[in-house]
Amino acid sequence: MMQTLFDKIWDGHIVSSIKDGPDVLYIDRHLLHEVTSPQAFLGLDARGIKAARPGQSFATCDHNVPTLNQEKPIEDPSCRIPVEKLAENTARHGITHFGLNNPNQGVIHVMAPEQGIVLPGQTIVCGDSHTATHGAFGSIAFGIGTSEVEMVLASQCIMQPKPKKMLISVEGVLGKGVTSKDLILYVISKITAGGGTGYFIEYAGQTIRSLSMEARMTLCNMSIEMGARGGIIAPDEKTFEYLKGRPYAPKGAEWDQAMVYWKTLFSDEGAVFDKVLTFDASEITPMITYGTNPGMGMKIGDSIPSGANLAESDRISFEKALKYMNLESGQSLLGKKIQYVFLGSCTNGRIEDFRLFAGFVKGKQKHPDVVAWLVPGSGNVARQIREEGLDKILTAAGFSLRQPGCSACLAMNDDKVPSGMYAVSTSNRNFEGRQGPGSRTFLASPLVAAAAAVTGQITDPRNDLN
Amino acid sequence: MSLQKFTVIESAVVPVQVENIDTDQIIPARFLKATTREGFGDNLFRDWRYDTQNKPVQSFPLNDARYSGSILVAGKNFGCGSSREHAAWAIAGAGFRVVVSSFFADIFKNNALNNGILPVQVSDAFLSKIFALVAVKPKTKIRVDLEKCEITLAETGEKESFEINAYKRTCLLNGYDDIDYLIAMKDQIEAFEAKKTWV
Repeated sequence: MMQTLFDKIWDGHIVSSIKDGPDVLYIDRHLLHEVTSPQAFLGLDARGIKAARPGQSFATCDHNVPTLNQEKPIEDPSCRIPVEKLAENTARHGITHFGLNNPNQGVIHVMAPEQGIVLPGQTIVCGDSHTATHGAFGSIAFGIGTSEVEMVLASQCIMQPKPKKMLISVEGVLGKGVTSKDLILYVISKITAGGGTGYFIEYAGQTIRSLSMEARMTLCNMSIEMGARGGIIAPDEKTFEYLKGRPYAPKGAEWDQAMVYWKTLFSDEGAVFDKVLTFDASEITPMITYGTNPGMGMKIGDSIPSGANLAESDRISFEKALKYMNLESGQSLLGKKIQYVFLGSCTNGRIEDFRLFAGFVKGKQKHPDVVAWLVPGSGNVARQIREEGLDKILTAAGFSLRQPGCSACLAMNDDKVPSGMYAVSTSNRNFEGRQGPGSRTFLASPLVAAAAAVTGQITDPRNDLN
Repeated sequence: MSLQKFTVIESAVVPVQVENIDTDQIIPARFLKATTREGFGDNLFRDWRYDTQNKPVQSFPLNDARYSGSILVAGKNFGCGSSREHAAWAIAGAGFRVVVSSFFADIFKNNALNNGILPVQVSDAFLSKIFALVAVKPKTKIRVDLEKCEITLAETGEKESFEINAYKRTCLLNGYDDIDYLIAMKDQIEAFEAKKTWV
């Protein structure tokens, strides 16, 4: 029987299948942060039980943390309390916690791969929809709700109906100045924000193979933005190379044994998917979103489409989005003035993203009217930025670096884009108010963000690549 | 631990005719700070329901006295985006037991079911029919019968059947909780762990 990569891992993790119901799925790694876990720990307390497998859970605080003065106590109690609760809860249950005083603290989906916590062939969950990121390692990784966080803490299992399988195959070479962020924004713009719902996606093809691990993480991260539970990429030499020597990755004989399993992780020739889509990488340009869901994206040089031919309910939502953004159909976004730039998040807060941004702004100057938040995804990324001297390039260009956290991606801390202002953001969601009440978000790659930061407007970065 | 049992609900509805309602709209991130499950209902649809001066937006259905009841009706792809279960807690906290849409995001669907809220997926045509009917008769009632897996417009008798997996249906009808089920599987889980070979 020919199997997909997804089937191999999922079926191998079924503890039991309930007739006409979900599978009871064994979970190898459980990631926790402070927003979606406190109620789950309260649930364990109410049942009088402890975490079943504390060694398989790892936590960090990221959503509520300030990105300045992290060494001082968090001033806002509504941010401080969840952060303190996570420290208390993990200590009480014996779970490893990368707290604010830990040099490797960071956005959970940046920190966990860096530490070698997530590995090929694993099932990985977290109370966070961007858990899809870890599919880049050839694992089944997906976001869950807090009741499910409690299930995993209580039993190391979860109940899930098995999703359908979609193959997204991308062939060809991405052009200069086109990144994996543009690739995923392009795919989502083609299949819409709900087009992947009910599916788990495998990304394959020459274009995908050519991507670095960081770029693969950016791609898988946004699988949820088309509604898919997750996205997976078969592990290869790049994956193994990335993992080797990481603190929590297997070592010595354990590594050799793991490799035997990891080498089996690919979709068999002839394995059947429920849906197959193919894309040509050479057609993709830098992308930008214009609306209030990630499916409302276009090539940076295109004009905003018209909603006139949509069905009535679609048209109402389309027009509501453009009204919120204060934009019009037929308008080009090139030259549109912006006030904020955000480089960071679990989508684009990795070292490669800072290399791209710094590479673009080198020898240029930040536009005086732009507020730029450059937020490394983790303490480890921040150290790499310094080691590679990127901080000096950024400082010379008028930028400064902040401290790791989710920051302006969802504005739970002080990093809020004011009402009515426009931000070019490397994050993952352009929902109404996502970056602060009334904020208006253009999602884009680190290069488009860099070009906007130096010009103060939406600019095609390919015109001025260093 | 058990959930509130669910059998039949007949109620007027609150219609929110917007597609792709993401969980950031259902409950904005700045209201996710509480460390218990209570109190989220007050901030359901916060930024659509209140203006920047915190005054109720009269035209928003939750503030419109014509609409009431425990059934929320919304456009397709409801609950997309963030996995925050706070969205389900906010909907339950505001007194809803049913959400009707023509399409639900996967994580939201699980979160709803885990909190005793029934997501009822209907056809696009049936959804349009509900919106059209509510527009002219705001107090019209809808009956949702989980035993029969049927949704009926009380006014016209038009009905449609909806799908839910048999296990989840049993859980909702009886108020069972997945966590109790999993804890009871301890021996089976340990046996699985004993034979697993990967790290």
